[in-house]
Amino acid sequence: MSSALAAGRRRGVSRSRWVVLAFVSPFVLGVVLFFGYPLVSTIVYSFEKYDQINPPTWVGTQNWHYVFDEYPRFWTALRNTAWLVVVMVSLRLVFGLAVGMLIVRVRAGVGIFRTVFYLPYLAPPVASTLVFVFLLNPGSGPVNGLLEAVGIPAPAWFTDPNWSKPALVLLSLWGIGDLMVIFTASLLDVPRELYEAAELDGAGAFGRFRFITLPTIRPILLFTTVTGVIATMQYYTQALVAGQAASGQLSSAGSRVEPGYPNGSTLTLPQLVYNLGFQNFDTGSASVIAVVMFVLAMACTVLLLKAGGGFLKTGRIG
Amino acid sequence: MSTGVLTKPGPVEVVATDRGWRRLGRTRTQVLLWIATHAVAVGLAVLFLAPIAFLLLTSVMSDRQALSGSLWPDTWQWSNYRRVWDTPNFLLWWRNSLVYAGVGTLLAITSSVFPAYALAKFRFRGSNALMVVVVAAMMLPPQVVVVPMYVVWSQYFGLTGSLWPLIIPLAFGDAFSIFLLRQFMLTLPDEVVDAAKVDGCGELRTLWHVVLPMCKPAVVATSLFQFFALWNDYFGPQIYASDDPRAWTLSYGLQTFKGAHSTDWNVTMAATALVVLPVVLVFFLAQRAFVEGVTLTGVKG
Repeated sequence: MSSALAAGRRRGVSRSRWVVLAFVSPFVLGVVLFFGYPLVSTIVYSFEKYDQINPPTWVGTQNWHYVFDEYPRFWTALRNTAWLVVVMVSLRLVFGLAVGMLIVRVRAGVGIFRTVFYLPYLAPPVASTLVFVFLLNPGSGPVNGLLEAVGIPAPAWFTDPNWSKPALVLLSLWGIGDLMVIFTASLLDVPRELYEAAELDGAGAFGRFRFITLPTIRPILLFTTVTGVIATMQYYTQALVAGQAASGQLSSAGSRVEPGYPNGSTLTLPQLVYNLGFQNFDTGSASVIAVVMFVLAMACTVLLLKAGGGFLKTGRIG
Repeated sequence: MSTGVLTKPGPVEVVATDRGWRRLGRTRTQVLLWIATHAVAVGLAVLFLAPIAFLLLTSVMSDRQALSGSLWPDTWQWSNYRRVWDTPNFLLWWRNSLVYAGVGTLLAITSSVFPAYALAKFRFRGSNALMVVVVAAMMLPPQVVVVPMYVVWSQYFGLTGSLWPLIIPLAFGDAFSIFLLRQFMLTLPDEVVDAAKVDGCGELRTLWHVVLPMCKPAVVATSLFQFFALWNDYFGPQIYASDDPRAWTLSYGLQTFKGAHSTDWNVTMAATALVVLPVVLVFFLAQRAFVEGVTLTGVKG
């Protein structure tokens, strides 16, 4: 397609109002029912006392005071989330880009390598977390066995509050497959002539990376950063399963396991919503945290739309 | 990665190694770089495969050996898989996962094609606003809306203890699927749609006979992503199905399985292998579609 021509005129075809209505109204109805209604309800619940048995009563900002002033686990979860957003997202981006650059250079068996690096990304989070809890088990796990065999002091990983989050980061680095594919695609789009020209101008490998690769893939870096931040703010399954499996406590339905084992170090905001809303039946406080998550997620979405430039119109980033 | 060696063009030597380098005139530094690149790739690949290898090896160890941190099974105890299979409800969890992921995907894709097509190819008032809604719905954490939705499903419909509260909303379109399909449909030229119309096709015929056949790779990729998202979902089944073990999915059942067999890592790993297996199988059957799918997400600059 000649993009110059396409960019010059307005996209799309006028259609009768009825056709448009028929095509989009089921989705619009769905948005109202499953997105609009519960969102408004959550905001209302955050000002009510409600145990899901007795009718809700209005209590004003009482839940908000409770969560912010008397509920230290909220701040623990917020700090953990901030830590994960900074460390996990940046390491995933650096590692994903490095593997992408490696794949671009690999000539022999590129299909096999791509498969191997992509597959873990698809593994069900519960399954991959259980495998990592087993592998990094301080007493019986093979990883610490290997580390001790070569004389490296082995950390206690998921059972040490200082190492539980780094262990989760390791798990997340195992799943950089999607980033690898995205970065590979965008790296292959960088015009080769630019590299050749830079080489003639005497640019070294670092110079070429700094002045050609990075600026060209900048829009994709922004996009992956923002989507990574949003995904990490919702971080739930891996943190929950790691905490429960490592604690060794029975976790069948109904049993009460203090979330965030060890010592609140793997507690995240979504776990608090579940714990407060569905185990403590404190709907109001759970809704306060849900509203906080909503505000954070929407802030990131606005950032994404800004970072993406006109991508709503063109479908392309940058 | 140290690629600095490339900058100094060394003396040109004739090197004839295997396929990729049969062309003459490669410098020695380039050959060394080739070797270094592939060595790093192989090393990384081994690291990426190691967890899967340990998973499979542990799944056939004896109870005691699985706790010893050893790497290779003394005896190949295949009966671990039998023990998993005989766990109450395990087959039901398989069926539930297939129904949730299968029916859910079918509903989501069918209902997402229409709004995706409208957003990609129609010009109408409010289309930009609707697109913002799609992106916002895609980014919204499920925890934000789960409390009131649970109240509605349990108190008005009595459907908790089943997967229906998760499946029914998918019939109204899924934001992520709409987004992916629209991204692909944008790349189809408007002329194709216009030509179909000139030939006398109605909107539905145009969509079914002209647009969808051209979108086949995108539809396949989007379906795969949807299927895996549902197959891997933990939070949804935990909220709605947790009341009744017969309604659990594999992803949710697996974690409680670990709870009930807290020291039997061998059996837990066997169960984990059985949950990962379908993912691996489908991936190998549809590898191309996955790679296309990721690059189709519209993030190519």
